Amino acid sequence: MSFLSQVAQFLTTGSHWTGTDGFLAQLGRQIELSAVAVVAAVVAGVGIGALLGHTGRGSFLILNGANAARAVPSFALVVLIAIQPGILGLQQGAFVAAAITMFALAVPPILTNAYVGIRDVDPSVRSAAVAMGMKPGQLLRQVELPLALPLIMAGVRTASVEVVATATLAAYIGVADLGFDIFAGLDTRNNAETFSAAFLVAILALLVDLLLATAARALTPAGTREATRAARQRGTGLMWRHAR
Amino acid sequence: MIQFEAVSKQYGTGPYAVENFNLEVADGELCVLVGPSGGGKTTILRMVNRMEQPTAGRVLVDGHDIAKVDPVELRRRTGYVIQQAGLFPHLKVADNVASVPRLLGWDRDRVQDRVTEMLELVGLDPGLYAGRYPNELSGGQAQRVGVARALAGDPPVLLMDEPFGAVDPIARSRLQQEFLALQERLHKTVMFVTHDVDEAVTMGDRIAVVSQGGVLQQYATPAEVLGQPATPFVADFIGADRGLRRLAVTPIEVADLYTPPVVRPNATIAEARAAVAADGTHWAAVLGDDGRLLGWVEPGRLADGPDATGNSSTVAKYMRPFVARVSLDASLKTAFAEMLQNDAAWVAVLDNDHYLGVLTPDNLWAALRRSVGGEPVTV
Repeated sequence: MSFLSQVAQFLTTGSHWTGTDGFLAQLGRQIELSAVAVVAAVVAGVGIGALLGHTGRGSFLILNGANAARAVPSFALVVLIAIQPGILGLQQGAFVAAAITMFALAVPPILTNAYVGIRDVDPSVRSAAVAMGMKPGQLLRQVELPLALPLIMAGVRTASVEVVATATLAAYIGVADLGFDIFAGLDTRNNAETFSAAFLVAILALLVDLLLATAARALTPAGTREATRAARQRGTGLMWRHAR
Repeated sequence: MIQFEAVSKQYGTGPYAVENFNLEVADGELCVLVGPSGGGKTTILRMVNRMEQPTAGRVLVDGHDIAKVDPVELRRRTGYVIQQAGLFPHLKVADNVASVPRLLGWDRDRVQDRVTEMLELVGLDPGLYAGRYPNELSGGQAQRVGVARALAGDPPVLLMDEPFGAVDPIARSRLQQEFLALQERLHKTVMFVTHDVDEAVTMGDRIAVVSQGGVLQQYATPAEVLGQPATPFVADFIGADRGLRRLAVTPIEVADLYTPPVVRPNATIAEARAAVAADGTHWAAVLGDDGRLLGWVEPGRLADGPDATGNSSTVAKYMRPFVARVSLDASLKTAFAEMLQNDAAWVAVLDNDHYLGVLTPDNLWAALRRSVGGEPVTV
């Protein structure tokens, strides 16, 4: 039979989906790993990026450091972390190693966008806010963050899609996510298996992208829709320029 | 009340943005800082809400040195309006206006009422505008919201930095007049920065002419600054038009008016001619029985004789309408403009509908000289 119908058959075989290493379980682990990494990256990236953007310091370090960090190959990083004695000894060591690596992957776009988003707030808006007696914390929470949110969401979206797609390599060090079937299929020359798993990863990534795009639109402050479109283009532009 | 005592602002060891500046703005006064761009006016203004810190000297508000006051508290008590309005784009107009009241911790109902009150005060229908976003407003509307927002916390002091600069001239003129009306009601202590002499003259109770380095050249009423510039800089800055500009700030006074002889509409031409001759002039005003101005007549140019029915002609028949009119509270400029507009040699001055007299070019000029204590000259 044709390759595509082989894939279709593989995907529609019920037993492939159930069990501790079935597709469902693999999807679950992929999502779990990605979510942990992205949430941690949002906390760290927005936290640091916002703080630095607010004070205006560190732009050189931030932007160049973040770009440099993206050049680190995730595959090498995950192995390097996984073989550290501290990690090896942990029960969930593989997961931790993978999570750290995915975290490192997700932080640069979020950090950069948070920093730029906050710095890009209209100076006259910032001036008006300070002049009316807002404390720095109030300025950040009530004015800068809401206005930077579209750009931050663009960063989160980019990071999430990258993480979801790259999380497959966690299987190499023992986390049985969708990478499991990809590597297994490659080892056994079962192309249908490989392709099915890869296909599912792609679908997952697309769904995540769609979900976050909707969330981004919902969270965008109503009065800033036009600025948002421009910001998103600028934000993703930054991504594309420095894509690995 | 705002006081500047020997205030200086120096950047590093370099040039002085402001050097030894002294000024006192009285309570309820609208003080305009006017001068060339980059002269230090905005720096001086921003010292009042501590957006800039002086490197020497003190700024006092209500007798207190503001350097010793918590800047956040100070700013919540000081309104600030800037040229670009600086409205929060992610908040509706109502939320923008509510900013300071919320920072002050007012309860929700009080905030709501205040927002409605402020929007009405600046001439925006709350029903229409409260729910809009800044990007849905025109420049003039945005600036009004900016003023509403600055006044919402009922600050005693209002700082305005070229607030009407980004708006077209027609809207700007309207905003100026509306703000003056507002100030009549509210009596805030206002410091207003502009580089436009005409705006300064229109808005200010007193004008402070500030040159490069924050040097105070003159601090006086518009009429004084225009009529008796203290330094060559001031004279230069105002320009050759200051004579004309004085017209705009000089009011009409009853003592300036000329009162021509008066006749009734049913008087005959002969009677009118007699009245005019007795006064030594050429024409008479025609007033009705209730004192209302009906028109004017120039008997010397009319025929005197029986009309078709055999009666002597009456004034009413030859009376011409008094087209050029101004109200007593108008400026000499408005009066002169009326004259030119209607190609008339005089303009009637009325207090509501009550006729008071007439301004001719001669007594207009005498009035202008009177405004700066010139010797009365009879023409």
